[in-house]
Amino acid sequence: MKKIFLILILIFISTKLVAEVNTKDKILKNLRCLVCQGQTISDSNSDFAKIIRSVVDDKIQEGLTEKEIYKFLSEKYGDWILFNPPLKNNSYILWFLPYLLFVLGGAILYLMIKKTLIEKK
Amino acid sequence: MKKIHLIIICIFLIFIFTTFYLSLDNKKIYNTEDMVGQKIDKVELTLFNNNKTFNTKEISNYKFTLFNFWASWCAPCRKEHKNLIKLSKNKNLKIIGVNFKDNKTQAKEFLQEMGDPFFILIKDPKGKQSVNFGVYGIPETILVNQDLEILKKYIGPLDIKDVNEIKKIVKQ
Repeated sequence: MKKIFLILILIFISTKLVAEVNTKDKILKNLRCLVCQGQTISDSNSDFAKIIRSVVDDKIQEGLTEKEIYKFLSEKYGDWILFNPPLKNNSYILWFLPYLLFVLGGAILYLMIKKTLIEKK
Repeated sequence: MKKIHLIIICIFLIFIFTTFYLSLDNKKIYNTEDMVGQKIDKVELTLFNNNKTFNTKEISNYKFTLFNFWASWCAPCRKEHKNLIKLSKNKNLKIIGVNFKDNKTQAKEFLQEMGDPFFILIKDPKGKQSVNFGVYGIPETILVNQDLEILKKYIGPLDIKDVNEIKKIVKQ
């Protein structure tokens, strides 16, 4: 019985650790290194990246969620630190323009094909 | 139909031209202009000379506070130090120095050699405290008012133009 209990505790701890590592990895890959050329905090070896990695570690230990950590850092450094900028009034175009162009392109293509088919008939 | 094609191509070309024009005009260098007007967090900082703490909410006791992030190993900090000495003579302004990732002995030697403009000196040996102020390199200087609101943020060494600007603001 004791052995089963011990195994269950070990499974619980290892699952928690794996989840924590995954969350940290995900956060670091979504943060931009402000002093590097297009590198993430996860990839960079700069002093700034090392500090941010350490701060993210602390924040996870403090129990902050992924969103709360992004909020904390974007309050300090602006949305530029995030690779996935949040949906805000000034970023609507950035988010919806690709979809709009896709739909527009599709409509044009549809009309052109339709016209060619009618002409052939 | 040809007319419609021509209009679509024209709109597309205008769109590409405008996008490229705006992108080229856009400054690629990160700046912290967005931070101006925001309030700094109330955080506990550790004093340089002992392990006592200083809470940033205490700066509401002073009319204007200038946070300067520096280190003895930083050459531009050496360059701007004379300007901090000039500003330290201003009665309306208190300068809080944050010693960033530095060797304590070398930091002390730096201040002995160049003069000490700091009203309060904070230590940040791991650089983590500076994240609370949005610092990403040194030297950086932040001018804050009594409400803990950021009035100005200077990235890089303070020059005489910045000194005059700060003097003008704190005179008000």
